[in-house]
Amino acid sequence: MTDIAGIQTAIDRFMQSDTRGALLPLLHALQEEFGHVDPAAVPLIADALNLSRAEVHGVISFYHDFRTEAPARHVVKLCRAESCQSRGGAAIEAQLSHQLGVAMGHARKDGQVALEPVYCLGLCAIGPNALVDDRPVARIDSARVVAIASEVEA
Amino acid sequence: MTRVFISKDMASLALGADAVAQAFAEAGCEVVRTGSHGLFAIEPLVEVETDEGRVAYGPVGPDDVAAVLDGSHGARIGAIGDHPFFARQQRFTFARCGVTDPLSLADYAAHGGWKGLEAAIGLSSQDVVDAVKASGLRGRGGAGFPTGIKWQTVLDTPADEKFIVCNADEGDSGTFADRMLMEGDPYCLIEGMAIAGHAVGAGHGYIYIRSEYPFAIEAMREAIARSAGKIAPFTLEVRVGAGAYVCGEETALLDSIEGKRGQVRAKPPLPAIEGLWGKPTVINNVLSLAAVPFILAGGAQAYADVGFGRSRGTMPIQIAGNVRNGGLYEVGFGVTLGELVNEIGGGTASGRPVRAVQVGGPLGAYFPPSMFHLPFDYEAFAQAGGLIGHAGITVFDDSVDMAHMARFAMEFCAVESCGKCTPCRIGSTRGVELIDRIVVKTPRAAGVLETMPQIRNASRSARTHDQEVELLRDLCDTMKHGSLCALGGFTPYPVLSALDHFPEDFGGGNALPEAAE
Repeated sequence: MTDIAGIQTAIDRFMQSDTRGALLPLLHALQEEFGHVDPAAVPLIADALNLSRAEVHGVISFYHDFRTEAPARHVVKLCRAESCQSRGGAAIEAQLSHQLGVAMGHARKDGQVALEPVYCLGLCAIGPNALVDDRPVARIDSARVVAIASEVEA
Repeated sequence: MTRVFISKDMASLALGADAVAQAFAEAGCEVVRTGSHGLFAIEPLVEVETDEGRVAYGPVGPDDVAAVLDGSHGARIGAIGDHPFFARQQRFTFARCGVTDPLSLADYAAHGGWKGLEAAIGLSSQDVVDAVKASGLRGRGGAGFPTGIKWQTVLDTPADEKFIVCNADEGDSGTFADRMLMEGDPYCLIEGMAIAGHAVGAGHGYIYIRSEYPFAIEAMREAIARSAGKIAPFTLEVRVGAGAYVCGEETALLDSIEGKRGQVRAKPPLPAIEGLWGKPTVINNVLSLAAVPFILAGGAQAYADVGFGRSRGTMPIQIAGNVRNGGLYEVGFGVTLGELVNEIGGGTASGRPVRAVQVGGPLGAYFPPSMFHLPFDYEAFAQAGGLIGHAGITVFDDSVDMAHMARFAMEFCAVESCGKCTPCRIGSTRGVELIDRIVVKTPRAAGVLETMPQIRNASRSARTHDQEVELLRDLCDTMKHGSLCALGGFTPYPVLSALDHFPEDFGGGNALPEAAE
């Protein structure tokens, strides 16, 4: 059930800050509060910022971070960039995908966990790296893959 | 009570520094959380305050508290400055990183902070710009454009408001200096931006930080709040990216701050004349702005005295990837690639031979060990068909498949392209397809279209392997010269360098053609 009133309240609260170029900060605030940016929020945002719905939709769809559906309960963001690749990232990606039972870039059907790609976390000499629910994890090997998998089942 | 210093840098946290800090706190120590000194191999690092100064131990686990406190721990390093990784560094920008509590204003002032800003305020705007010019500082984001000239343009452009924008969208793989500085010495960046504001007459600044750096965002926001009185009337705010690599391109970044899709703008007009909201804008990388306090405090000449050729001052080089001693190494320009990889970096972490290093992030060229004599210098790298970019070096051992890396470069460009210009948007996808066909040695067969009588100028036969490689080079040429920004324009660097230096990975020894330029 979409909480239109709740979204409107959050938008109204944000608008008091009188931020210039407010669209991205507003989208971040909504995603922070609701876990995702509901498509039903688009006309409300457009109205608040005096933008067209197309402009708002365009921004939401342009940036990888903004989700239009509720996220899985746990999100594992595994780095796929060059430095992690040089440290065996591809093999770890395959193992992690297998252990979690979900393909890279997808959420598992039961909504428990999603495996998402990220391109560099800035920990480039201690890879392969991941963010497990926003906690950085480095030097991922087979044992850590298993540990991550059991952590996100909880 | 014993004072111990433990980093809360994101890399240290990823290696378990929080558990170590907690263990020391439980043992009754006063734990000061600092930034990181920059050598990952010794993290989590603990420095114990003694009468002879700080004594470092690392790596340390949470069970090692007693051994560290009684001095018997096997990983005793001694004074961190004597460690071979740090002994030859020239830390101008990163002098405080790892030493101070990042958010302590008292620490910052006690370690030479605000001296640059105080010196700047005593000077006229033009004098500050002249000092930056005299220092020879060039943009550390990658392009290497002289910072002083950029500032002069903004200073000379009359406007009712001007802006300072800090590009902290450090998306390149193999780079982490911006993150380390923002987490480990945020006031240094704030001071640099305040000096820039004074120099060009700007009242407000934005720091655009990528969302992948949550700890840097938090540190900068807190530091801005605490130092607001110190930099007034100049004001600052943090803007957070949203996972678009292309927003590291300066004009895309400006559009993103304005609340739009991060699409690249055509230049001219330069951001220095028509930047954020159409106003004159200084947009500089974190490292450029963070170098400024030293230049004003220590003197432009002291900065310019270090360096190589037209690359003056120091570069915080980031040694990353499959390397034993990865980390941040700030040193004057001119150090060779081989010294960085083999001597300082200690070779690969896997123990296998180095096969390639990529310098400058995903858009930088791959170099074989035969080119390790190259000095770290903007011009030397440009001449060798590469770039130093944001000074990240990613080391690969001999298990790397260079055709795969070339394909990855194209794939990354396709994923991250902003979509504004065709060579980047379409070319990258065609590039992935081409490399796929080259690798499996199944060149494109003659299509239905080519065999139609109306099509007069297309080849009607299937392509050969060599023709496919030639087409890839042609595509790279189009992307290089036809793209609006560095994403499409520089993606050919990793692709062509892989093709030139490692032809065996592309299914056969294609001779390197004579340089056409």
